[in-house]
Amino acid sequence: MKTLQASIFGAAALAIAFTAQAQDYRGQAISMMKRDFHAQGIARMDRLDEDALQQICNLSHNNPPKGIAETLQHDQLATVQYPADGKFLGDWKAGEKIAQDGRGMTWSDKAGQANGGSCYNCHQIGSDTTSFGDIGNSLLHFGKTRGYSADVQKYVYGKIYNAKAYSLCSKMPRFGHSGTLTEQQIKDLVALLLDPNSPVNK
Amino acid sequence: MSSIKLRAVVALSGLALVCAAQAAQKEASAPRKAAAHAKKDTAAKDPVAADFEKFHEIMEEASPAELFEAKGEEMWKTKRGPKNVSLEKCDLGLGPGVVKGAYVKMPRYFADAGQMMDAERRIVYCMVTLQGFKEADLAKKPFSKGSYLPDPVALVTYVAGQSRGMKIAVPQKLAQERDAYNIGREIFNYRAGPWDFSCASCHGEDGKRIRTQNLPNLSTNEGANRAFQGWPGYRMTGGLMHSLQWRMNDCFRQQRFPAPGYASETIADLLTYLGVNANGNLYKGPGIKR
Repeated sequence: MKTLQASIFGAAALAIAFTAQAQDYRGQAISMMKRDFHAQGIARMDRLDEDALQQICNLSHNNPPKGIAETLQHDQLATVQYPADGKFLGDWKAGEKIAQDGRGMTWSDKAGQANGGSCYNCHQIGSDTTSFGDIGNSLLHFGKTRGYSADVQKYVYGKIYNAKAYSLCSKMPRFGHSGTLTEQQIKDLVALLLDPNSPVNK
Repeated sequence: MSSIKLRAVVALSGLALVCAAQAAQKEASAPRKAAAHAKKDTAAKDPVAADFEKFHEIMEEASPAELFEAKGEEMWKTKRGPKNVSLEKCDLGLGPGVVKGAYVKMPRYFADAGQMMDAERRIVYCMVTLQGFKEADLAKKPFSKGSYLPDPVALVTYVAGQSRGMKIAVPQKLAQERDAYNIGREIFNYRAGPWDFSCASCHGEDGKRIRTQNLPNLSTNEGANRAFQGWPGYRMTGGLMHSLQWRMNDCFRQQRFPAPGYASETIADLLTYLGVNANGNLYKGPGIKR
């Protein structure tokens, strides 16, 4: 409750600080989008509503005051649902497919269809493709350089589930939190990075 | 035959030659497997991307966009719609009937409509007010698909072609135009949706890529210019002519947002942000896109 209060207070203080301009362009932009957009397929209009985290990142230009960032990261970490069986490593081969797959959550995607992780859009991961983006860091040799311990496995699971738990305004989507990837899919991705037999670590 | 049509025919025959040459070249090129073994620390060295760049250059010379300019020009000058008039009295901001140089000075504020309008939004406005078309009908299927080419896409390609070689000069004289820029910037930076994306997630930093696709930083003059160029554009993926209305729509799709209204104020303001950021560069005319 205390952290929630702190978050709300933080958001309010930021809102006041940033909307004290002569013109509330942000407010006008939001109203305009809500008027001009329409639901299409699975993409409903409520997607235009910011959650508390998005609002803080928007208001602070992705650079929130440290105290607020730490509190909210803590809140985000509390949303991570770790596997009940305590196992983090799935099948790296399935993980590679998920990492390659860029489908999911757009209005042209069907409800109920398995989503991909779009990982290669932003990260170098395996070594056998030149088709990878660089918005995120390279994950090549991830386990080889960081070790394969249970702690690292848990960290990677949490990072994929909710990247904002570790860096509040990270560009990376919250794949578990948003319901994009299932527990098994995240385990498979953890294996892609942390199975010693995965090509990522060769 | 107008000069534009003649050029278009020349371009078409050129394109056929290019395609044949390209097919031959593709067969002769090294297989993918060998390419994959090449050094690959950056995508710039990716032979597939290099191949594409080369293809892009050849295609650019052939300029398939000119075919669509010719179609649009004919459509512009033909009496059409319930009122059976041409668009030759349409005011694109430089006075009724003035097409030359209008595209590089839009979006702008139009007092008659009381709205900010980008080129396509203005064309739709003229089709409605002058020719009697229904706005809702034009918004029903606004994007090219298969052999279907929406009228406003052909028209905006013609209008854009009439600004070829001219300096991008999107106006900021009026308060409404400055407000549109500022609202556009807010929309550009607004993160929401299931993946927490804004336009800036992909287009807010220099030198980034999605897969092998280079992403222009639209908050800079150089990046905005790169995005402004080539639209309306003949897209090699699917072989369709698309305008900036389509580009904005598909970006929002990938942003995991709901759909923006076609020719809406939101898009006009976003394009104001883009256009003003691109100001001062020479517009090369309708082009070609991946």
